[in-house]
Amino acid sequence: MAEVSVRDVSKRFGATAALDGVSMDFADGGFCALLGPSGSGKTTLLRVIAGFVAPDAGAILIGGRSVARTPVEKRDIGFMFQNYALFPNMSVAENVGFGLRARKVGAAAERRRVAEALALVRLDGLGDRRPHALSGGQKQRVALARAFVTNPQVLLLDEPLSALDKALRVEMQSELKRIQREIGITTIFVTHDQEEALTLADRVGILREGRLIETGAPREVYNAPSTVFAARFLGDANIFEGRAEGAVLRLPDGTAVRIPPGSDGAAAFAVRPENMRVSLAPPDAPGVDSVRGDLVQRVFAGAMTTCVVTVCGRPMKIVAPDREVADLPEAGPVWVSWDRARMMAIPHP
Amino acid sequence: MAQPLGPGDARRAALLLTPAYLWLTAAVFLPLSAMLFFSLLSDAPFRGADWRFTLDNYRAFFATDVYATLLWKSLRLGLTVTALCVVIGFPCAWVLAKTIRGRAREALFLLIILPFWSNSLVRVFSWAIVLRGNGALDWLAGLFSSGDVRLGLLFTPTAVVIGLVHSYLPYVILTTYLALQAIDDTLIEAARSMGADRRTIFRRLVLPLSLPGLAAGAVLVFVPVVGSFMEPRILGGRFGAYFGTVIEDQFVAVFNWPLGAALSFILLAVVLAILSAAAPVLRRAQGAAA
Ligand SMILES: Nc1ncnc2c1ncn2[C@@H]1O[C@H](COP(=O)(O)OP(=O)(O)OP(=O)(O)O)[C@@H](O)[C@H]1O
Ligand SMILES: [Mg+2]
Repeated sequence: MAEVSVRDVSKRFGATAALDGVSMDFADGGFCALLGPSGSGKTTLLRVIAGFVAPDAGAILIGGRSVARTPVEKRDIGFMFQNYALFPNMSVAENVGFGLRARKVGAAAERRRVAEALALVRLDGLGDRRPHALSGGQKQRVALARAFVTNPQVLLLDEPLSALDKALRVEMQSELKRIQREIGITTIFVTHDQEEALTLADRVGILREGRLIETGAPREVYNAPSTVFAARFLGDANIFEGRAEGAVLRLPDGTAVRIPPGSDGAAAFAVRPENMRVSLAPPDAPGVDSVRGDLVQRVFAGAMTTCVVTVCGRPMKIVAPDREVADLPEAGPVWVSWDRARMMAIPHP
Repeated sequence: MAQPLGPGDARRAALLLTPAYLWLTAAVFLPLSAMLFFSLLSDAPFRGADWRFTLDNYRAFFATDVYATLLWKSLRLGLTVTALCVVIGFPCAWVLAKTIRGRAREALFLLIILPFWSNSLVRVFSWAIVLRGNGALDWLAGLFSSGDVRLGLLFTPTAVVIGLVHSYLPYVILTTYLALQAIDDTLIEAARSMGADRRTIFRRLVLPLSLPGLAAGAVLVFVPVVGSFMEPRILGGRFGAYFGTVIEDQFVAVFNWPLGAALSFILLAVVLAILSAAAPVLRRAQGAAA
């Protein structure tokens, strides 16, 4: 289909810089997730790529060609809106068939492809409904079907699965992944669900206040984030900040923590909650470090239990299988430990 | 969305609707009944005149073809003015609702509402001044061409149409504006993202969604224009005889109130018949365009 390049794009709305020098390449047939807090510019980036808003500076390239002079309707995109934007005067089938009719595919082909798309999003038989007679999740799936039914070059999805329940979301995720792979559409989607981003995408981008602060493969960004913000935003992270003194990090209260070699100049260190353990005594194993803490909370959540331990005045989160922490007291002094190799050095704040 | 009303709901609804019904009774039903009563009399019941019930006033309409001709003329006037108002009003409403924002929109709104604030008689007379031979319009046209220009628009059917369109255009603009305003911009963006050109978007999305507003505006124009008498009289001159002026004559000049009332009722019946015939057509148009 086509690769998409965003080159140094900026967009201001009055005093807010919705996008500030964003550059990112989206590979042909790739599946990229955009993450970021509310108001960080995710929707704006999608809208700039689609052509709904012209960037103040920078360029968008689709298939290697600048689309500065290509209007939205000629860009061959599928866009799914955060608010669905279903046409209230049309039935579900007419909504989904709208783009096909604009492309003059013929009545028979339109009917067949609409039916296929509705089947893919598990809405068979609802073609005659009007949008107002659908549930939120059903509307969302109509909007999704409408976006990909035309086999566009680029699929831009703004929080495509946010209104679905867990089971349906997982089902739709794998469906989306399958469709995307089958047709090989270059897809960029915005999500607030980091798990969704990590499972679906082959690339993630993290936006913060209009800046793209991190891009990379999900595993790469998860295991070696380059900013504290990204470490916190994508998955949870327990952050150690202090003064580096050779091979140790001096925490504010004087505790020394060993840091991985070759991490000079790192702004902070982090360990993922699932890579930490809580125990009553410090484990004595090579390559394992530990600090003293105060267990303040233990939350059972099915398979995993989350423990909150105050270390050096700051809460740290540890996720462990329930049987590992079952014999801990409800609260009290404990040791928090981790493999030194699992400690991530984060270069930027 | 619509849920069956419980007994409590029905009572509360009746209570809430009571003022509206009282108002309708006082403002619509009573005058109309009085008119109906008049239309069935042989003579206005004033000055001790003798009167009895009769259908003669309604028969008078069919006795000559003068009334039918004038009614037809008025209906054509109504259609022309309504069509012009729609054709001019829709783009205005579009610009107001979708392309202009902030201060400029408020200013334009004011300009559109302004005619409502001036006395309608003053408005019509000012058109007479503009349109009369040697008047403002002729003077203006003279600026752009050589020689003496005599458009001579005053006392022509065109003058009547101009005056009426000017008076009633704001209704169409306002109702259509409200309908267009309610169309979420992302709907249009969604249509564009699916590759639809402007014509398709207008035909399949904007028009059907704004049709209720447009239709409401058209009704608000059509009904009073068919019965209008002031504009035809002042701007139409000897072409100014319409069904509305004939009715007015019965009340203020000839003092044949019963005939005037009967003609009014015939007009009302015809207009209602047209509107009820148009309603399903509109509804189908809205569905079919989708
Ligand atoms: N049309 C607009 N006019 C003015 N400001 C805007 C406009 N669109 C977006 N903004 C501002 O630009 C910034 C980025 O908005 P954007 O919609 O891209 O955020 P987002 O990352 O999609 O947030 P969310 O997760 O809440 O959807 C916000 O501060 C927003 O207020
Ligand atoms: Mg958004």
